Amino acid sequence: MLFSPPSSPPAMHIPDGFLSVWVSASFWIISAIVLTIALRKTSHSLEKRQVPLMGVLAAAIFAGQMLNFSVAGGTSGHLLGAALAVILLGPWPAVVVMTSVVSVQALLFQDGGILALGANIFNMAIIGVFISYTVFSVLARLIKKRPIGLLVSGFTAAWSSIFVAALACGLQLAISGTSPANIAIPAMAAIHALIGIGEGLITTGALTFLLATRADLLKPEGQAKVSHKGILGVGSLIAVLLVFLSPFASSHPDGLEWVAEQNSFLQTAREAFYNIIPDYALPGISNSALATIIAGLVGIVVVFAIAYLTARAEKRSSAIERLRD
Amino acid sequence: MQDFYRQQASPIHKLDARVKLILALAFIFFLNLTPDGAWPALIIFLTVSFSIAIISHLGIIFVLKRSLIALPFFLAAFPLIFSGKSPHLPLQILPNLTIFYSPAGLQRFITIALKAWISVQAAILLTATTRFTDILTALQQMKLPRLWVTVIGLMWRYLFVISDEVTRMLHARSSRSAAAPGKAKGAGTLFWRARVTGNMAGSLFVRSIERSERVYTAMLARGYDGQLPASSTVPLTNRARLVIATGLLGLLLLWLFSLLSTS
Repeated sequence: MLFSPPSSPPAMHIPDGFLSVWVSASFWIISAIVLTIALRKTSHSLEKRQVPLMGVLAAAIFAGQMLNFSVAGGTSGHLLGAALAVILLGPWPAVVVMTSVVSVQALLFQDGGILALGANIFNMAIIGVFISYTVFSVLARLIKKRPIGLLVSGFTAAWSSIFVAALACGLQLAISGTSPANIAIPAMAAIHALIGIGEGLITTGALTFLLATRADLLKPEGQAKVSHKGILGVGSLIAVLLVFLSPFASSHPDGLEWVAEQNSFLQTAREAFYNIIPDYALPGISNSALATIIAGLVGIVVVFAIAYLTARAEKRSSAIERLRD
Repeated sequence: MQDFYRQQASPIHKLDARVKLILALAFIFFLNLTPDGAWPALIIFLTVSFSIAIISHLGIIFVLKRSLIALPFFLAAFPLIFSGKSPHLPLQILPNLTIFYSPAGLQRFITIALKAWISVQAAILLTATTRFTDILTALQQMKLPRLWVTVIGLMWRYLFVISDEVTRMLHARSSRSAAAPGKAKGAGTLFWRARVTGNMAGSLFVRSIERSERVYTAMLARGYDGQLPASSTVPLTNRARLVIATGLLGLLLLWLFSLLSTS
């Protein structure tokens, strides 16, 4: 059985090449720190039986993304699962599970880049979970009536997790100078406001099913014991920052571009490199046209060398194989 | 579901997974550090990727086909062609239609597209020449958190079982919701379709949770004590170290060359 990744790949898995290296690196650091905290918290509160539970649920969330329903014009809605993971497992294990899902998507199926994985983990596993948890627990406390409260807060949590994650994704693209902020952020927001409705509807459907069959899984007692004030705080902060800053950022794209240029350590690296080999040290290359030509020649020589070596290695190994036969 | 490992007897397949993991990461890292418009360097990166595709007996066609996956995302960078830095030059498409584009933006767009394309090739080469279990062992040997690697390992092990389950559910749904010829498939209101899919997701989760309970019992019966047995850490051979060092040095030189070769 051949696996086909979701027919319309979720527009949120950033491939490599679209984020500048410093953006990728910073989000790698942030995600690594949060994941470390999540792993520590999880292994403290963890029962032995939760390890296989997390592994199998991660597989279910990944495979569950194949569950889709047609919306209109060949597009389809499907599940991303951060909100369901939070409701079933609680926030910290959900971070671990979603990180695993996003990592395997990148490592095994090239859905999202490897260098961009830190940013993708941040958007889908950290923001997705924190926002779901914040919205879900606040709303579930406000609407006490049992089935309705659960469904409404589940829907809203799922929708907002997608929406806020998309805003973060748009901002990362804009800061990297890949996509102009006044286009990237509104476009991401608009598309994912719709995708989020699909996510919300599937999440609600899943919750009604769980209520009818295994209501014991949804008893909030496990989560009530430990209230995650930290996550609530950070989640609200992220939501406020992204929801209120994004319109500002997209109406003032110059500001973001300025940030992108200021932080481009590539530029600094280049300047530093030119200082190592100042112009007068290589008198032949002071002429920029000549420099380009020389660079081109060096490039051609290197390409030929690599191609030649490859061909030779290939010839030798196939000769060896023929000998073996 | 099928993973993308392709069994071949090639020198690349025989390399230690740690070597491949480190070099693939470094390759993508230096590629992404390459400045805009460093065409000669980008061509060399592409040549390296193609060479590895040939040496590993996978063939360029295989890699090219799989690398199409990053294509839809190019749309995100497309507006750069028009919104890039001034000067903006006129471009006449039709006799009475002229649009303005920014050469700097165009150069950036092509650079981004090339980088994305070559990076995804590197990732494909890594997964096609390395078994996922070997990547997991490498992650563990590189001292990544034990619990995380365990969860990923269990996830990978059950991914194929559960995706078969999902496929069966999808078959069941489509055989129960046949449509009259000529009528659009997926009848019923949008809300109803979404609810059915949601119920399927709920049932998938219940089945998975119950499966995990059986898995746990089976693990207990085999002496599970909260820790999966660690694979022994074999130190890297001198040859593997040499390959890593040479590869990193080559990539560093290539990057320095890219800084020189921008116009």
